[in-house]
Amino acid sequence: MQAFTRLSGRACPLPLTGVDTDQLIPARFMKRSRAEGYGGYLLHDLRFDAAGQPLPGFALNRPERQGAEVLVSRRNFGSGSSREAAVYALVDYGFRCVVAPSFGDIFAANAVNNGLLPAQVSDEDGEALLAALAEGARDIVVDLAEQRIILGNLSCGFAIDPVWRTKLLHGWDDIDLTLSHVQAIADFVAADRERRPWAQPGRPEGA
Amino acid sequence: MTGSASPRTLFDKVWDAHVVVQREDGQCLLWIDRHFLHEGSFHAFDKLKARGTELARPDLTFGIEDHYVPTRERDLDRIDPAIRGMIVQLRDNAGRHRLRLFGLDDPGQGIVHVVGPEQGLTLPGLTMVCGDSHTATHGAFGALAFGIGASEVAHVLMTQTLWQKRPKRLRITVDGALAPGIAAKDIALSIIAAIGADGAAGHAIEYAGSAIRALSMEGRLTLCNLSIEAGGRCGMVAPDETTLAYLRGRPYAPRDAAFDRAAADWLALASDGDAIFDREIALDAGRIAPTVTWGTSPEDALPITMSVPDPERAGDEGRAAHIREALAYMGLRPGQRLEDVTIDRVFIGSCTNSRIEDLRAAAAILAGRKARVPGLVSPGSAQVKRQAEEEGLDRIFTEAGLDWVAAGCSMCVGMNGDLVPPGERCASTTNRNFRGRQGPGSRTHLMSPAMAAAAAVTGRLTDMRPLMQGRG
Ligand code: SF4
Repeated sequence: MQAFTRLSGRACPLPLTGVDTDQLIPARFMKRSRAEGYGGYLLHDLRFDAAGQPLPGFALNRPERQGAEVLVSRRNFGSGSSREAAVYALVDYGFRCVVAPSFGDIFAANAVNNGLLPAQVSDEDGEALLAALAEGARDIVVDLAEQRIILGNLSCGFAIDPVWRTKLLHGWDDIDLTLSHVQAIADFVAADRERRPWAQPGRPEGA
Repeated sequence: MTGSASPRTLFDKVWDAHVVVQREDGQCLLWIDRHFLHEGSFHAFDKLKARGTELARPDLTFGIEDHYVPTRERDLDRIDPAIRGMIVQLRDNAGRHRLRLFGLDDPGQGIVHVVGPEQGLTLPGLTMVCGDSHTATHGAFGALAFGIGASEVAHVLMTQTLWQKRPKRLRITVDGALAPGIAAKDIALSIIAAIGADGAAGHAIEYAGSAIRALSMEGRLTLCNLSIEAGGRCGMVAPDETTLAYLRGRPYAPRDAAFDRAAADWLALASDGDAIFDREIALDAGRIAPTVTWGTSPEDALPITMSVPDPERAGDEGRAAHIREALAYMGLRPGQRLEDVTIDRVFIGSCTNSRIEDLRAAAAILAGRKARVPGLVSPGSAQVKRQAEEEGLDRIFTEAGLDWVAAGCSMCVGMNGDLVPPGERCASTTNRNFRGRQGPGSRTHLMSPAMAAAAAVTGRLTDMRPLMQGRG
């Protein structure tokens, strides 16, 4: 996984509340393999009209927002289904950070597992960032080590779970860490069998 | 167990019993007792393949065909090849890793969150995960159950464990008696409206109080199912006699002496009397009315007797913007009475409301009446379907003019092709009224099965109470 330390790039506003994972990637695109890339489906039904033409008013389609790596949105971003495809769509499109006042828990965990930073700001700071972007601000700095966002004259802190921060800073993958605990897992299983014999699924009659 | 004498909540007891390793930063490696997979799990299998790894515990892993299964045509050769591909892909992966698969033709097939309890795979005190956010449903039994993403699914497949940070604890107490006809769905939507769709983010919810204890297992499943719509990591109800009565004799549940031993452990899971919660919320059951949603988030819910809100009166700009966007999408006017909103279609089904009790509640309203709009009734499992047919509920639905189809996620998410056409308005017993959830341009109003049945009868959003007069 790619490490995240300090990002200096372009920001794009998405001043909507509760951008759920069905918006981030509609279910009908989820049959496809990741190898095909999911970026083209990001926010598909908000980005394109029924004929598949880009809607010119939508922020992601505006010329000055092309190449954006930081998305700034309103509260409850990524609520809804656990589909990691929502994160794949953001990452494949080129986003590396989403800034919002609150996130769906599963989305945030999925984001971190893919090197995408969910940066949580206060409601006031979120509104201030959106207002500055509405006035044309573009270049943003997101510093994970310092937990700070800089946009024009604005500078604000953001929150991230310390465990997730460490994981992102190092680009760690959980699985390698877990495999270093195989003995502890085996010990747990042995003791648990005594403690909770009923936890093992029974054998259905006739099976 | 930690061996500490301090009082603990239900959540703490289940969590503590599963900690394999606790890191200095508080992150815990949890043992996972049950892992469910569905057609969407292919990303995780692809990760497994990329690592050249085997499944750690096929005996604790169960595959279920539900998200993409067609509900009208069960012959795989005659369905959309892209959908067939999703099903075949799961079958290949299940076969390769030798795990139990509840396939399309299995008498135990159905929606994962209906099948788990029905088969006795869901038990109190277990940790359960699935790459599906409504996994919280299984918490109705006092299990610690939550949805995970594909990277986590892959991690569980490889190790049968998962790294998690301990969520905070939120207790929602609902005391008092529900008015006749008020269902768990109304409780859940009232809670979400009160605390917001992110109100319980970062929290494990425990539902408590006399109104919760009075709920059947079906009702508790509906309630816990909607925990995620309040942003909760999971939702739990302490096991009691209702729980034990449901579990006795289920195919995968312990039997005889083993059951009695388990039951003693399960009943001891209840929160200690003086256990501390990080947050507490209380609701009066007597004040809960039949509830419907008007917008594009489950928090956009109101009693059916109310009117569509006015964005000009919203508390802040974010909320006002949301209401404006939602009303534009839903085709509604501020101040419009909810009972004046006409609908085009109904859907009764999904992991929220497709169990036998849900179908009985809908049938009680529909018996001897005709639906004014088309609609689909999809039972939650093949077993629910058989039982409903034995009780004659299928005939009530079909005589009312609704379609009675096979079990699956169906019109909840439309992955199988059961879609609400663009611009149409659907009265739905599902859990998400997101834009386009039931198909591009679809408009969804969430409600209980009895309310969806009432909407079918009148062709508009309707208070079902008058239609219940003299009925069950
Ligand atoms: S019925 Fe709907 S919410 Fe439930 S598991 Fe299926 S798609 Fe998800």
